[in-house]
Amino acid sequence: MTLDDMDRAILAALQRDATQTAAAVGGRIGLSQPATWRRIKRLREAGILAGQRVSLDAQALGFGVTVFLGVKLATKGRVSLDDFERAVTAIPEVQLVEHVLGLYDYRIRVVARDLADFERVLRRRVMTLPGVGDVEANVLLSDERRPGPI
Amino acid sequence: MLDDTDRRLLRQLQAEPTLTAAELAQRAGVSALKATRRLGRLQEQGILKGQHAVIDWAALGYAVGVSLRITLDKTQARAFDEFMEAARGIAEVTEIQTFLGRVDVRLSVIARDMPHYQQIYRGQILALPHIADIEALMTVATLLNDESLPL
Repeated sequence: MTLDDMDRAILAALQRDATQTAAAVGGRIGLSQPATWRRIKRLREAGILAGQRVSLDAQALGFGVTVFLGVKLATKGRVSLDDFERAVTAIPEVQLVEHVLGLYDYRIRVVARDLADFERVLRRRVMTLPGVGDVEANVLLSDERRPGPI
Repeated sequence: MLDDTDRRLLRQLQAEPTLTAAELAQRAGVSALKATRRLGRLQEQGILKGQHAVIDWAALGYAVGVSLRITLDKTQARAFDEFMEAARGIAEVTEIQTFLGRVDVRLSVIARDMPHYQQIYRGQILALPHIADIEALMTVATLLNDESLPL
């Protein structure tokens, strides 16, 4: 599907605030409610608009620390990848798991209450994962999301 | 302060952001009126910051995703600021994160294919100021990405 400028404007508006009605989005970009609604429906059906995400203030909710882990598996093979993936995605504090190529095998985002809590998650949950080898941790200081090429 | 009702509501909302207030109330086991009031208060307090549409870049033809881990030349006082300001100018950069650790900054970069990535990398990424070192991790598969908090 190729996007025109109106589609791009709709995506940008919903990226900022997904709770807006089609009428509100249309009003912003000079398009009628039905026309806007049809375009949103088309973007959804094409899989381009893939749902929405709630944004919460993690700090205010008591989650003061976010850490990215680079994990290298000690042993490889199909079975160990499956076991590792099943176990790591089941950890409640884990928000992101990416299988990557490069220096590490997996990139993982972990949220914790504080550094002591992170240490608990790391020791009890991450270091005990099946097949886990080297682990590198980097503490997140700032996180900026960009609109991307739309 | 947050109580169990707030947590239940947020947990349900995180799991399914498109639920109506009435459905949310039912799942959290409270009245619709109470749910609406609580969510309103969480919004006022800035705890519930909003909702954002998720764009599937692969569906838009961006098949390549690369995580660039960058070390900056910290002898330059304004290295971070100048680097980040310049990185914001690259459309294909979707995330800019700073870290305490071995890595200073991480950029998520998307591209249509490898030649397109090569073009962005050579033409724009390597032109960013104060880079001392770059490591690239290419995304093979995203197994989990919901960013929900374990409330």
